[in-house]
Amino acid sequence: MVKELPVIYLQTAACSGCAVTMLNTASPTIKNMLIDQLAPGVHINLKFHPVIMAAAGDLAIQAMEDTAKRQKGEYVLVVDGAVPTAANGAFGAVGERNGKPVAMMQRVEELAKDALAVIAMGTCASFGGIPAAPPNPTGCVSVQKFLASKKITKPLINIAGCPPHPDWFVGTVAGIIMNGLPKEEDLDEFLRPKLFYGKLIHENCPRRAYFDEGKFAKKFGDEGCLYELGCKGPITHADCPIRHWNSGTNWVIGAGAPCNGCTQPEFPTETAPFYEKLVDVDLPVVGAYWANKEGNNG
Amino acid sequence: MAKIVIDPVTRIEGHLKIECVVENGVVKDARATGNLFRGLELILRGRDPRDAQIIAQRICGVCPQSHGLAAALSLDSAFGIADKIPDNGRILRNMMHGAMSVQDNVLHFYHLTALDYVNVADVAKYEGNDSQLNSVKDFINRGALEPFMPRYEGDYRLPAAINQAAVAHYVRALEIRRIGHEAVAIFGGKIPHSVGVVPGGVTSSPTPDNIMAYIWKIKILQDFVNNVYIPDVLAVAAAYLDYAEIGVGCKNLLSYGMYDLDGKSPNYATRERLFKQGTIGADFKPGALDTSKITEQVRHSWYEDATSNRHPSLGDTKPQPGKADAYSWSKAPRYDGKVYEVGPLARVAVTYAKGDPKVKELVDGALKQLKAKPSALFSVLGRHLARALSAKIIVDNLEGWALSLKPGQPAYVEYELPEQASGMGIIEGTRGALGHWIEIKDKKIANYQAVVPTTWNVSPMDDKGQHGPIEQALIGTKVKDEKNPFEVVRIIRSFDPCIACAVHFVTPKGRDLGQYRVV
Repeated sequence: MVKELPVIYLQTAACSGCAVTMLNTASPTIKNMLIDQLAPGVHINLKFHPVIMAAAGDLAIQAMEDTAKRQKGEYVLVVDGAVPTAANGAFGAVGERNGKPVAMMQRVEELAKDALAVIAMGTCASFGGIPAAPPNPTGCVSVQKFLASKKITKPLINIAGCPPHPDWFVGTVAGIIMNGLPKEEDLDEFLRPKLFYGKLIHENCPRRAYFDEGKFAKKFGDEGCLYELGCKGPITHADCPIRHWNSGTNWVIGAGAPCNGCTQPEFPTETAPFYEKLVDVDLPVVGAYWANKEGNNG
Repeated sequence: MAKIVIDPVTRIEGHLKIECVVENGVVKDARATGNLFRGLELILRGRDPRDAQIIAQRICGVCPQSHGLAAALSLDSAFGIADKIPDNGRILRNMMHGAMSVQDNVLHFYHLTALDYVNVADVAKYEGNDSQLNSVKDFINRGALEPFMPRYEGDYRLPAAINQAAVAHYVRALEIRRIGHEAVAIFGGKIPHSVGVVPGGVTSSPTPDNIMAYIWKIKILQDFVNNVYIPDVLAVAAAYLDYAEIGVGCKNLLSYGMYDLDGKSPNYATRERLFKQGTIGADFKPGALDTSKITEQVRHSWYEDATSNRHPSLGDTKPQPGKADAYSWSKAPRYDGKVYEVGPLARVAVTYAKGDPKVKELVDGALKQLKAKPSALFSVLGRHLARALSAKIIVDNLEGWALSLKPGQPAYVEYELPEQASGMGIIEGTRGALGHWIEIKDKKIANYQAVVPTTWNVSPMDDKGQHGPIEQALIGTKVKDEKNPFEVVRIIRSFDPCIACAVHFVTPKGRDLGQYRVV
């Protein structure tokens, strides 16, 4: 008997980038995730996913609501996007009930209440991200903040990133299937799995030697560390430098561009301007260049 | 009189609701409403202009490369360097956008559209040795059929063998689109939301190894487009030929042109592009593109009427929730006061009408195979066919472009950030004509306007009461079974709508949740 793990994938204030990044999972593939037994005897039963599901309209909404009713406490809720709360949630709706649109915030509340656990997919869901950036016209908040405001206490995992690497989501789901829900010590202070977000980009960056020696790129295409072109690697937690993106093809700094800090709660406002050097950042002093700089002599 | 409400319309990007009023089995009225607003235009204001292409990509995670490029072109023009981008930069931008568009077209046909035509359940009858199909068969036999069930029932016409082949192609297409993304990442770092395109060119440098890696990924895409995607579109078309007359729409098409073949002219509206800039109507007579004719109208949108009918560079957005007769957050872009459809159909048809010999041969060949006239292009099938041909035209050019790169030469030019400037970037995004307009004051973004493909296509009625393209395509449609309105969703999806794009640039303060319903 194959165990079916029901999943509801709810999109809120988002751009679909997180849904698309999931399609890029290389091993397992997205086909393995949806069709095959992901681990022996376990199949992910994707009950609702607006971008790929066959059903539309009421038929789709019914699939979502039936899951919440019949499989109370058994399904995983994935929220992709921030939660718009201004004007009682009027800025975003998913489906209708009795002829009236149902606000996204109401959907999140109803579905989270009866979920086994909640995964916040992407930086918008994890921290508010793009739609919550000033002036935050729609009152967007993170899933964590929204659930706290409704006094809903459910296990919550933040898979940050704009978008996240598919491995970060797939690896987290694999962990749940193999070991159960993550323990407190498995997550960092922002509820991100330490397995993927435990180190700074800067710590593993192949251009780190340039930084330590003070060799900085002055324009795009130059050799050297991208620190002066605005790299936020020194304050950004993620394993991009060793994991690489798109089936291991490349990554941001590999394309000669500065990291913009997209896995951080500070994205996209405090990590901007994206092409201006970080200020007042406290970095470990390593190479000769930094040791000799004024103020670093001690 | 009955009403069909589809909320949400799935297998599109974003949150869309469609309402159709049906009388005696025919759609009498149709209204499209976007169900999400984020306000990215406001979020862009006050920022460093160079950040526009990073933030603008977040308009849409399906087509971020289009928004990043339109933003970069608008910045190039604002910075006075539109004609100074090194050839390497221009070509790499084409290569990234091209790979992205092709995989997006594949995704649209197989993963967003095919389930309206292909009966997945026929795989249960499969008796062969294909391991992928047998794994799908196992999946069906286990009985937990989401996300492929439930669905509308009653109009799956393909024979079992073709359905089975199409499901195998659905699975293969998942890999193809992933490989397309990998090709983008070679120069863009990662995707969605790549980092390679910046004002001034691109950040990455062409080297023999990355050029070769790109080419061999493209060859995989090219093989699939030519030998699987296009034959599948023709096979589906042959079984659903009535859809060559369904979803006709407004018959006015607008293309901004795409893939700069030469970067010497600073004028995007006239520089040499692979797909041509211009317009056509039902008579296929081409007209020149004049961007000053673009306006946005708001008579039936929740904005003050005083802001209506302005050019995007002078656009203003003053919300008036609950305004009488308004029913959408989308404005109504119009060209020369008329309704225009945008998309792959528009760029292919405009290039065809302008007499491009290769495009003419391709389009005429495909129409001949379907025994159809050029007028059949204005239809559900015409849009799918044009999208596939657009993918072919692009993918057949990518290797040649890659080989014309010059390793060791720059791909980026430096510039000075102006105190004050304005710029425009116009391209064919995957889904059609995409324009970004920027105004810079004190080295910050003072105003940002994007008029995006889906805003044209899902637009509500305009100041003269003319319905938008999707609404026009729906009105007059015969619906055989109101419980299973295949015709309606097939028409909507033929436009490949991207609602994140369409409604993220309007600024209502809020709305009465009950007010916008019609009837």
